[in-house]
Amino acid sequence: MARLIVLGGGVAGHTTATFAAKWLGSQHEVVVVTPNAKWNWIPSNIWVGVGQMTKEEVTFDLASVYAKAGITYKQAKAVSLNPEGNESSDKPFVTIEYTSKSKSGESENIEYDYIVNATGPKLNFDATPGLGNGQGAMGTNTVSVCTADHAVHASHKLQESIEKMKAGERQKFLIGTGHGMCTCQGAAFEYIFNIEHELKKAGVRDMADIKWISNESFLGDFGMGGLHMKVGGYVVSSKLFAESLFAERNVDWLIGAHTSKVEEGKVEYELLDGSKGEEEFDFAMLIPPFAGVGLKAYAKDGEDITATVFAPNGFMKVDANYAAGAYENWKASDWPRTYQNPTYKNMFAAGIAFAPPHIISKPMSSPNGTPINPTPPRTGMPSGIIGKAVAHSVCDLMTKGENAHLHEASMAEMGAACVASAGKGLTTGTAAAMTVYPVVPDFEKYPGTGRDTDYTFGEIGLAGHWIKHILHHLFLYKAKLNPGWTLIPE
Amino acid sequence: MKHEEKNFEKSDQFNLTMIPGSFARKMRTCVIWQFIRFVAINIKMIIVVSKSH
Ligand SMILES: Cc1cc2nc3c(=O)[nH]c(=O)nc-3n(C[C@H](O)[C@H](O)[C@H](O)COP(=O)(O)OP(=O)(O)OC[C@H]3O[C@@H](n4cnc5c(N)ncnc54)[C@H](O)[C@@H]3O)c2cc1C
Repeated sequence: MARLIVLGGGVAGHTTATFAAKWLGSQHEVVVVTPNAKWNWIPSNIWVGVGQMTKEEVTFDLASVYAKAGITYKQAKAVSLNPEGNESSDKPFVTIEYTSKSKSGESENIEYDYIVNATGPKLNFDATPGLGNGQGAMGTNTVSVCTADHAVHASHKLQESIEKMKAGERQKFLIGTGHGMCTCQGAAFEYIFNIEHELKKAGVRDMADIKWISNESFLGDFGMGGLHMKVGGYVVSSKLFAESLFAERNVDWLIGAHTSKVEEGKVEYELLDGSKGEEEFDFAMLIPPFAGVGLKAYAKDGEDITATVFAPNGFMKVDANYAAGAYENWKASDWPRTYQNPTYKNMFAAGIAFAPPHIISKPMSSPNGTPINPTPPRTGMPSGIIGKAVAHSVCDLMTKGENAHLHEASMAEMGAACVASAGKGLTTGTAAAMTVYPVVPDFEKYPGTGRDTDYTFGEIGLAGHWIKHILHHLFLYKAKLNPGWTLIPE
Repeated sequence: MKHEEKNFEKSDQFNLTMIPGSFARKMRTCVIWQFIRFVAINIKMIIVVSKSH
């Protein structure tokens, strides 16, 4: 019996573990190491953040689901990897630290035959002074919707602002990115329009000034260098699409901005032209930059080999071309296909945890040398598809031997579907429904836009809201492994 | 004043964008039209999903 350990029970890790357990049956063991007791459908945190859903509606307990699937579940966080074992054993192992109440603080070494790192992002609030609390967590100056608990807190703060406006006090809302190297603009984009919708519903829109602040060099970059989409018979840049949404809703924007410092009620920023400025706020939701979760790696003799296994940003090295060089040389083929670590072939990374070869947007910096450009998004659909492909590969390696064919899932050959809601009602509010194909542009195949304009489109309307509702229920149903779960695509 | 007149005049940034008129806005919340679009968007999304696996 061989053992597969999956680190992280989020979108990618949960997909890998559940498919591997199904395909391997009781012949082999699947272990999930993840610090939270609950699974979270993160996209719906946006609705929690405006008080339209509760934490309970977007989360469920993992223990019973893993018991049903025959998966060994350790509520713990991985700390380090020993891919060559140690001086007393050749068997690779991972060191974990329990986070469950009953075993909190205890640590354990677990041996593995194969390991998948799906630990997602570290929310690196402390990269911007005042955005974090100095101890790795969110500070008190802004709110976040990155976790369900953050979103509950954001919703309370929003209610406080609404009450103030009802009492006649004007409020300034600042939503966007909290650093020049952030990704996940889409989440902030969806949140700002949900806030705008809620303020209208509460009858206080006239009392609010709403502003977007972002590291994108143009509105609608989304960390993907923007996209050209078919709208009304034209192929248009997402810049026009996004600017239209903002102008229609009277939401101001500040782009090409590196948020350099956050204080109570104020951010300081530097723009792409090198100028500096300040923006005041009463309520701010600024997405933190992402980094790897900080796993260490050690060789058999105890030597620190973290830099061999992980990129400097903490994400795990995989089969990507990390030597692509300047922007002019970037190719779709730089992007990984199998997500296998080049040094240790029994090690894979899935979802946000893999190190991308480079960013997707055009690299930019201010004349002062401050890099101000979005880092590449790895949204839910690619994370799930990669998680499943990695599960396939690992299962084949375990059952057919180490020469088994590896399954491939390049982000330059896969699309993504995104729905950014603006409200939650079934007959009110509108959503922007978008698909992009492929996520990473391929200018050799599509020289003009980098993407297939037949499958890259955007549309605004109620239909998007209905799709977002359906996706919410469908993905929670699937993640709970209810009957027919394998039929629901990632 | 028409909705779009109001927003176009608010700032230079807004003035250079496209703002939907009343017909486009009505269609976004017209349940019958949106049902048709719901079917069309789902078909497109299913094609993108199947091309990605
Ligand atoms: C507010 C918000 C809205 C979003 N909306 C959308 C959307 O509408 N559509 C879309 O496609 N995508 C959306 N995304 C992006 C989507 O959530 C991510 O792409 C997806 O969650 C990435 O999956 P992942 O498995 O890589 O990471 P995660 O889902 O973050 O999972 C990582 C897991 O690893 C665990 N972990 C962390 N450290 C360790 C450790 N040391 N050891 C073990 N486990 C660890 C974490 O607890 C977590 O369970 C949104 C993101 C945010 C923040």
